[in-house]
Amino acid sequence: MSITPGTLDRRAAVKALLADRGDLLVISGLGSSSYDVFDAGEHPGNFYLWGAMGGAAMVGLGLALAQPKRPVLVVTGDGEQLMGIGSLLTIATKQPGNLSIAVLDNGRFGETGMQLSHSGLGAKLEVIASGAGIGSVSDIADMAGIESFRNSLRDLAGGPRLARIRIAASEVERALPPRDGTYLKNRFRGHLGFKVS
Amino acid sequence: MDQIAVHQDSATSTDWPVAIYRTLKSFGVAQVCYVPDAGHTKLIKLSHADADIKTTVLTTEEEGVALAAGAWLGGDRAVLLMQSSGVGNCVNMLSLMASCRFPLLTLVTMRGEWAEFNPWQIPMGRATPQAFEIMGTTVLRLENPDDAEEVISAAASLAYDGDQQVAVLISQRMIGRKKWTKETH
Repeated sequence: MSITPGTLDRRAAVKALLADRGDLLVISGLGSSSYDVFDAGEHPGNFYLWGAMGGAAMVGLGLALAQPKRPVLVVTGDGEQLMGIGSLLTIATKQPGNLSIAVLDNGRFGETGMQLSHSGLGAKLEVIASGAGIGSVSDIADMAGIESFRNSLRDLAGGPRLARIRIAASEVERALPPRDGTYLKNRFRGHLGFKVS
Repeated sequence: MDQIAVHQDSATSTDWPVAIYRTLKSFGVAQVCYVPDAGHTKLIKLSHADADIKTTVLTTEEEGVALAAGAWLGGDRAVLLMQSSGVGNCVNMLSLMASCRFPLLTLVTMRGEWAEFNPWQIPMGRATPQAFEIMGTTVLRLENPDDAEEVISAAASLAYDGDQQVAVLISQRMIGRKKWTKETH
């Protein structure tokens, strides 16, 4: 089964997604997605995962339920989302209007040698999300689509939504965010006004 | 053979799931997530009926670990309910909690240890404490219904105030013997 390869530059796509982010809170999946979010601009409302593969969307759900008045965006890759594919069903049961998931889909496991992923072998994440019960799904292949998705993020009643974003399977230079988990946790909570105990 | 599972009433008259629920409420728990288990039926029902608790059913247990991390980031205290069979599923995701020192409170109903009928439950039941401990999760035991409040309270303090990952293993003896057929043994 063949798929149409994406052409979007991942860094440009994520940068456009996070432009004028306002009160947006961002969870990034391990690997390149965390590098992309960091490269788009350091922010205390970013929580970068460096592990926990398959968990990004669920971290996003826990956060979205706790902070229903803030838009929450999970930025992750196809491989990361595939490992936690059941989380799409779990998210759909809660229908969090403020939660959006952007899957940067190059059809490959980029961090480990560019092996083809299930997405690269034909699985359609936006269709799976739709079948799971996520009402707002999109398949984005150009910057106009990114812009439209970005504009939708602040509609706290419009989620949950998932966008499959077709990025090119090119390797880009790593941009490394902080790795200390307790620092990232406390910084994020501080941003929301919670004191360090 | 009739394989419809029928549960006997718990051997004890103590309503320990209610004691657990009240204790969790007193700690301000705002999110409960679960992979269902018969032993957690009452607590799950109480949780769903409580408008102040966001209750989430999971497809697999490690989702709940990640959910608890996200909840804490957003200022919510979460609890994960599961049975011992699901503990192995959580092992890698527990790295997230250890790396970031996220609180985790999980209440695990035990299978495979007390009058177990199903041999397939026994290996994971036997490995449950070690599966937590290899990842740095503290294991507490709840063996007696009368201790429910005290044990859950201690675990919740350790988790939410001490930033630790804590599992309370609820003895299969408390849940009652699972009766698989109408025959008695």
